[in-house]
Amino acid sequence: MIHEQLSVLLVVIPLLAAPITAMFNKLSWSWLITLLVCASCCFFSAWLLMDVANGEIIHYELGGWAPPWGIEYRIDALNALVALIVCIIALCTTIYSRKSVEQEILPYQHGMFYAAFQLCFLGLLGITLTGDIFNVFVFLEISSLASYALIAMGKNRKALTSSFHYLVLGTLGATFFLIGVGLAYAATGTLNMDDLAAKLPLVENIQMVHTAFALIIVGLALKAAIYPLHLWLPNAYSYAPTVISIFLSATATKVAIYVLIRCLFNVFSLEYVLTTWLPQIMTVLGAVAILYGSVRAIGQTGMKKMLAYSSVAQIGYMIMGIGFLSQQGLTASIVHLFNHALMKGALFMAAGLYIYRVNTATFENLKGMGREMPYTFFAMLIAALSLIGVPGTVGFVSKWQLINAALEQQQWGMVVIILLGSLLAIVYVWKLVEVLYFQSAEKIRVQGVESGSERIGSSPLGMTSAMWILALACIYFGFNTELTLGTAGTAVDLLFSAGGTK
Amino acid sequence: MTDYILGHINYWIIIILMMVGLYTMMSKPNLIKKMAGLSVFQTGVILLYISFGKVTGGTAPIVAEGFDTYSNPLPQVLMLTAIVVGVATTALGFALIVRIQEAYGSIEEDELEKMDDET
Repeated sequence: MIHEQLSVLLVVIPLLAAPITAMFNKLSWSWLITLLVCASCCFFSAWLLMDVANGEIIHYELGGWAPPWGIEYRIDALNALVALIVCIIALCTTIYSRKSVEQEILPYQHGMFYAAFQLCFLGLLGITLTGDIFNVFVFLEISSLASYALIAMGKNRKALTSSFHYLVLGTLGATFFLIGVGLAYAATGTLNMDDLAAKLPLVENIQMVHTAFALIIVGLALKAAIYPLHLWLPNAYSYAPTVISIFLSATATKVAIYVLIRCLFNVFSLEYVLTTWLPQIMTVLGAVAILYGSVRAIGQTGMKKMLAYSSVAQIGYMIMGIGFLSQQGLTASIVHLFNHALMKGALFMAAGLYIYRVNTATFENLKGMGREMPYTFFAMLIAALSLIGVPGTVGFVSKWQLINAALEQQQWGMVVIILLGSLLAIVYVWKLVEVLYFQSAEKIRVQGVESGSERIGSSPLGMTSAMWILALACIYFGFNTELTLGTAGTAVDLLFSAGGTK
Repeated sequence: MTDYILGHINYWIIIILMMVGLYTMMSKPNLIKKMAGLSVFQTGVILLYISFGKVTGGTAPIVAEGFDTYSNPLPQVLMLTAIVVGVATTALGFALIVRIQEAYGSIEEDELEKMDDET
């Protein structure tokens, strides 16, 4: 009984807390409320995951309306895992955020900032938990609208144009998704995912269903920033306030990829997807994204933008894994989704610490900062090694899975591209290390910091500890793969068994 | 042929609306015009849903004597949500445009890009 309520509490708590937070303009209060909200959500989602880790499915009927008519929350191992990672990242980001927000956000916006942050958080959770496809659209828009506002709070005026760019493209993607949902509804008369999965095979030969499929996939691909629809991502992530870069890079695209997996396997069936060209297209686009993202990352002159382009490449790995349409490929994607959130979170946190100390993250101003801030540098290094896929880190676990999946299907070209992607990652990580550690520190240009300010001398405890939690998690989950691989395995079994229904 | 076109007249209008919206969004450098295009595009989708739900000769779905065909109320309810989302998006977009105008002194995309490239 209480378990069922848990699922809806995850959405209701931030929803109720957000307007309350908006009323407190004092940073300490709004921060504390957000911390409590994120901590309780983290606790509940961990509980949910424990309940469903063995393959059980929890159904919660909102308002007591039976599923095909009412909205249903349907939680299995897959969305519990995604919900947990969203909650963990939100919690770590909040711990991290206090000093960073104090520095980067105007004082009168603090309450609103945290309110919008919670709305974004609840939107992402809602997308993951719901079993109703129209509800996905609503939550998608809640989280997107909140994130447009949050990105626009960035200090650089380019944040405004990138936010606008994201708004136009994001709305376009969501609207495509909406048209697709509408066509699927017209063909079947239902919006519930389980019900859609049962009814779509009966009508899958009419053209409307093909159109619906295409529109849903394109809409989600825009949201997930799959190459070539990634154009909004690098600017939006690099000009957003650091806290938002951390949170969005680690969660927003992951949740869109989750919906993509759900739509491919649970709404439309595996058999249906196999009749289309989509698997081949996804594998190829994934491969192109890996190469393109990594090469562009090497060419960047700013740390945040480099990380953003590296995100484009990492999304490529996930898409490639889905494109294999095998159990192992999908497991690799889901595990990478979890792992990438950890490492990108840690990396953006390190970038944020540099920004906190010297007000800039362009490489020419960061020379030698690694020796100045050894602990930050070391945590960053762990996460960066994980990005490459060095054994003993999380990146290795998911890349190993992905390579195995490629070998299983004898896609030699893809194996080469995965390895090449790792090599390119070594190049850009090396560039980062060289700038931060080996170049001479003779000229650190500190901008906009008053002389004698404490900021230059020390990193705040909250920021460093949050970063270290994620960096250590990168190592811990590299050795202990029970949670990630085990849960992903259960989730994939559920997706593949009996077409995913029930 | 004429029957086919006239019988699907609202779908033709929907397609025209969507294409006009998309074209405006892509071709005009002015940000306000882009938002207008986005709104037109979204309106097309709203019409699409309403057209699905319409039953010829159907009335509003309220139980009353003498009526036995009702239009499907669900798409209409869904579109109420979509309209709210659309209004929020438009409002946020305009708010951003106001701030872009304050920060750059222009809302023409090509000029904004030029200014961004210089810095």
